[in-house]
Amino acid sequence: MAIKERLSGNEAVANAMRQINPDVMPAYPITPSTEIPQYFTTFVSNGQVDTVFVPVESEHSAMSACIGSEAAGARTITATSSAGLALMWEVLNVAASDRLPICLALVNRALSGPININCDHSDAMGARNTGWIQLFAENNQEAYDNMIQAYRIAEHPDVMLPIMVCQDGFITSHAVENITLLEDQIVKDFVGEYEPEHYLLKDGESIAYGPYAVTNYVMEARRAQMEGLRNAKQVCIDIGKEYGQISGREYGLFEEYRMEDAEYAMVIMGSAAGTAKDVVDALRDKGIKAGILKIRLFRPFPAEEIAEALKGVKYLAIMDRTEDFETNCGPLGAEIKSALFNKNLRPLTLNYCYGLGGRDVTVESLTSVFEDLFEVEKTGDLGEVYRYLSVRE
Amino acid sequence: MKNLIEIRWHGRGGQGAKTAALLLADVAFGTGMYVQGFPEYGPERMGAPITAYNRLSANPIRVHSNIYEPDYVVVVDETLLDSVGVTDGLKEDGAIVINTAKPKEEIIPKLKGYQGRVYTIDARKISIEALGKYFPNSPMLAAIVKVTGIMDEEDFLESMRKSYNHKFASRPEVIEGNMKALFLALEEVQ
Repeated sequence: MAIKERLSGNEAVANAMRQINPDVMPAYPITPSTEIPQYFTTFVSNGQVDTVFVPVESEHSAMSACIGSEAAGARTITATSSAGLALMWEVLNVAASDRLPICLALVNRALSGPININCDHSDAMGARNTGWIQLFAENNQEAYDNMIQAYRIAEHPDVMLPIMVCQDGFITSHAVENITLLEDQIVKDFVGEYEPEHYLLKDGESIAYGPYAVTNYVMEARRAQMEGLRNAKQVCIDIGKEYGQISGREYGLFEEYRMEDAEYAMVIMGSAAGTAKDVVDALRDKGIKAGILKIRLFRPFPAEEIAEALKGVKYLAIMDRTEDFETNCGPLGAEIKSALFNKNLRPLTLNYCYGLGGRDVTVESLTSVFEDLFEVEKTGDLGEVYRYLSVRE
Repeated sequence: MKNLIEIRWHGRGGQGAKTAALLLADVAFGTGMYVQGFPEYGPERMGAPITAYNRLSANPIRVHSNIYEPDYVVVVDETLLDSVGVTDGLKEDGAIVINTAKPKEEIIPKLKGYQGRVYTIDARKISIEALGKYFPNSPMLAAIVKVTGIMDEEDFLESMRKSYNHKFASRPEVIEGNMKALFLALEEVQ
């Protein structure tokens, strides 16, 4: 029986963690993810999980403890945001290159500065090339569902890589909304026990994690790691299907909303995708063929599949919730354009930077993006290809 | 009732406006509605103006933005009337509910010509009488439930009792006081 509830995104993720009952959770609090370890330690204190909670003195230590714990053979989890993830940066790379399927609940928040506690994707985007798998969520339900699928993807023998389960700080993490939970036993059966092939504490096996590699081996190690990440795409599809069977909510690499005959499309990720769907419905009511492609899996980036999904689109807007200082585009803009280029697709494309530091994303602001596309159609002129949305001049 | 009701709360940090918005989401959820309850966060300081929001609907809610044209506004602290545009975007066919001991005639001139319905309630008096302390959020919650008519008053009280039983499991002595505050507020909002 599915359980109808109302929970904030942080409560939802903490409850998924309770149902998963990981072995170890090292964590250091930072807004807006603080509630996740806070709720979880309550579960620990109440005996609802038998997880060992490790309070540490920084996020660098949290991720380092995750690496030690996961290498020892324990299913390990943590949570962080913003500067916390930035402080982990060095060891994020170690976790991935050591092929340790750690799970990290990331509650997206702007990186400094100016110092700000609200949502954008600069933290996740800053870590996008550390070798981690990255999943994004539109709402509390998706954050919960992604968390339950996370270990199945990360621990798959073809993958064995850490995974970041992202949701938007405050916008979903602190908003109470309806949600449907699975029963504890169904989650436990789905996630299963963690039985790694190799680990430090395995009887009769000698293994080293994180040793020095001479020049002769680094490229092969990197290549093997990249293959593991690439494999995560198919595993993500398979697990998303299997999850659909137990929950009624099937997941893929991305969501196509009214894309079947769309000529105007927006590529977007996170909570703003829900607002964008309302915009598309209003446009469709006027007979305008508009659609949304919502990114779920950002790493590995499903370039070929996205290009295929966008092949009929004539006018495209790509929405980046970060300023990555590429100065010509955002990271999602670069990925999508590269994917289209490889397939000889050339829709007229605008790339936007939006929603930094919690700048509100409204039906009106996203409608204005489609209006910009209509203007491009009318004039045939792209104008500035990289734009800022809802910014004061 | 309209298909989607949007409510904006104005309070000061520490008064429980956020908690009240979350509780409203809670009780509306109990009646089978789709709900959102969320605060607008900045630096959290006691006494600073804060805003919280509710969307309540018969249908799933996808939009994730703040609310600029609310159907209802709740003002938990009347000193905000001088510093915050509490009626900004408020629909004329909606209503505003203000925590004040003053008569409406003194309050209405501060509402920048708002033509919709204006309700007042003395949440301080009610809270002191019921709880012996000033916690305006329970009376304001009851007031907005009454003004919006989103649910039957008996159902609301029953649902809140369950919620308080859970919330105050370690302090059962405060449950009756909070229930009394709700009851008085339902009577006294005008």
